[in-house]
Parts: sequence; C-alpha cells; structure tokens
Amino acid sequence: MLKVRKADYEAVRQHGEETYPHECCGVLLGEINGEDRRVSSIARCGNTRTDSPQNRYHIDPKELVRIQREGRERGEDIVGFYHSHPDHPARWSATDLAEAHWFGCSYVITSVEKGKAAITNSFELNGSDEGDKKLMDEKIEVET
Amino acid sequence: MTKIHIPTPLRQYSDKQPTVEVQAGTVAEALSGLVSKHPDLRRHLYTEDGKLRSFVNVYLNDEDVRYLQKEATAIKDSDTISIVPSIAGGWGN
Repeated sequence: MLKVRKADYEAVRQHGEETYPHECCGVLLGEINGEDRRVSSIARCGNTRTDSPQNRYHIDPKELVRIQREGRERGEDIVGFYHSHPDHPARWSATDLAEAHWFGCSYVITSVEKGKAAITNSFELNGSDEGDKKLMDEKIEVET
Repeated sequence: MTKIHIPTPLRQYSDKQPTVEVQAGTVAEALSGLVSKHPDLRRHLYTEDGKLRSFVNVYLNDEDVRYLQKEATAIKDSDTISIVPSIAGGWGN
C-alpha cells in the first residue's frame, strides 16, 4: 500500500496538468515499512525525453543523486516515482515495465485527459530480477 | 574508506545497509569490494559476462563515471559512490 498526504497526492496530479500535453515525472520520498510505503515529500524532476515528451519520460540520474542526497539529510529514502500519461489510461505500459528497475518501490501514474488530472493509480514493482519483474496494482491511501 | 550509497531496491542484498564502506583506489575496486562483501548484489549490478548492467548508473560524487574514466576512475577516501538504477517509461512503445 502507498500512503500519501493529500497535499502531496494533489501536487503529483497537478504536476501532470502543468506539463500537459507532455508527461511529467518526479520522485516520491519517505520510508518503507514492510509492504507499505509512506510518502513524506515529493520532488519534481525534469523530463529529459525532449524528443518524445508526449509519451515518454526519463529522469536524469544526476537529479536522482541530488534528490537522494537531500532526502538522506532529512532522513528520507526514495520510495517510488510518479509520471503522467497525457490522454492515456493510468495503467502501466510495456515501456513502463521494461524501464522499471526499483524493486519494492511504487510507480504512480496519473492519466491527464485534455489537461485535467483524471485517475491516479499506483503499482508496486515486484519480483526478484529483470526476468520475473511485474508491476502489481496497489492501493493508495490518501491521508487528510 | 569510500562510501557507496545503496539504492532502496538493492538494500535487501546489502543486509539492509543504506551505505557500505570499502577501501579502494578505483571505482572498479570499490564495486568489486562491494560485491565481495555482499555477493547477492553481483547479479543485480552485472550481466553474466561481467559488464555493468546498462540501467545501472554509477556516480562518483556528482559525476557519471561513464564520462570520467568509467570503472578505472580513481577515487579518494572522501569520495562517495552512488548506485542509481535508471528511471524512465511512458505510455509510448
């Protein structure tokens, strides 16, 4: 299960509206407790796929290094990532799965339809290695 | 000693340690030291023919070692190494 504060949940969705018709992307920071991930902050990232931003995203690893370092200083770990699907369902694609490598982390996807955030779903990357990985539906608990 | 920051998904293979310290003079030696201490990490970092997996980014401080001397890059005790698996995707195929 992914637990997230309402403000951060809305901020993830709003990011997708701001970057529409391009995909937005960012990092979820917090802590992992067994099967649950709790988000305590989010970090927006740039999408380096300027060649195809309407349907692809990539986060510069250099940005991740900085975000990870700043998170460590606050006692936070990377617990997941988010991105948006402009005018496409909030479901993982074959590309999303092929490019997912952070096992045990959450991948949050928001469908943004005609500029408005619609559905937000979360998926946990399960498996033991690249050969058996799968993105499994997980519940999002929005804390008010 | 050089610190190696272990990303969240690989901590189950480093006895849950977020950071591992190794004595090394190059990035290659540091990573070798890391997998010696935690052998289960090897298959997640390297292919069967011993190459770093393409989605595994290795940073020396704030620099991608691909743009330095790759695994031959020299390191100092005050340096930190970060292992950062790639993040990408999108609805397009």
